[in-house]
Amino acid sequence: MIDQGTLWTVIIGLGVGSFLLRFAFLGFVGDRPLPDWMLRHLRYTAVSILPALCAPLVVYSGQDEATEPSRLAAAVVTLVAGALSRNVFVAIGCGAATLFAAVYLLG
Amino acid sequence: MTTTTTKSAYLAGLRDGAPFVFVAGPFAVLFGVLATEAGLNLFEVMTFSLVVIAGAAQFTALQLMQDNAPTVIVLISALAVNLRVAMYSAALTPYLGAAPLWQRVFVAYLLVDQSYALSHARFEAVPQMSVPQRVAYYFGSCTLVMIFWFGCSFAGAALGTALPAELPLDFALPIAFLSMVAPMLRTLPHLAAALTAIILSLLAVEVPHSLGLLIGGIGGMIVGAQTELWLKGRHA
Repeated sequence: MIDQGTLWTVIIGLGVGSFLLRFAFLGFVGDRPLPDWMLRHLRYTAVSILPALCAPLVVYSGQDEATEPSRLAAAVVTLVAGALSRNVFVAIGCGAATLFAAVYLLG
Repeated sequence: MTTTTTKSAYLAGLRDGAPFVFVAGPFAVLFGVLATEAGLNLFEVMTFSLVVIAGAAQFTALQLMQDNAPTVIVLISALAVNLRVAMYSAALTPYLGAAPLWQRVFVAYLLVDQSYALSHARFEAVPQMSVPQRVAYYFGSCTLVMIFWFGCSFAGAALGTALPAELPLDFALPIAFLSMVAPMLRTLPHLAAALTAIILSLLAVEVPHSLGLLIGGIGGMIVGAQTELWLKGRHA
């Protein structure tokens, strides 16, 4: 269960923080250019943070830190389908279908 | 004259934004369902979606709160996921920076992947647009997406606990995130960043306070940036 104090701190903090990120340049910076090194790192935030969040959830998906085969199969199929189709929905569809099939077959 | 062209710019934005309800809608439903499963009530789910408007950051925060990560780590990680909106803000500033402050406040509040991508492409393609027309197009492109975002968050929260318990919902989040990431892996630096992040996050899984996520994320960003520089050096 999520603690109420934590939840509201996160909702408000994330709301204010997200707004400041969005307003930073439109509101404060104007049209001065950003330094190259910063843009270069910012380009890779999404492809770094999201896999770092998912990897442990996939690898330690079973009981006692083991890997659940159905979860691993679903994750691999989602990635491959998404990389080949370049389409979020194809990836989700293939991943979910694999997960349901594997859960049903492997129990 | 100005009124009609502003109105037609708004309608053009509305039309271009319409297909994106199919992107925002399902993610909003999923957030509503997962947040309700995590114990949030309807008011909390709706406030979360209304205040933050960032699917990936909201999912990240939800997951880390369930893992009992310290609040500071939850905030830093979720904001890191959302860092790209600062890039969008920078990219739109040359086009919208001259708009009145109160309009820029709303532009910033509604800045998400879809509104950025549509507007930036349009402003680049039609450089003769006036600032009021650009603002009108921008708000047009947001309108339907936002209605679906809030409506579907509500639907997901209402649906939440009614779903059968044997559904493997624990894994909805990884599938959603991996499906967002996979189409982005189009260059060697992107691939290198993702692989580094995966390896580091697995090695750092024992690090306390869910810091492994930030170690993996920052490591991936550095490797991505360095790979890009290395490739450029080879082609130069």
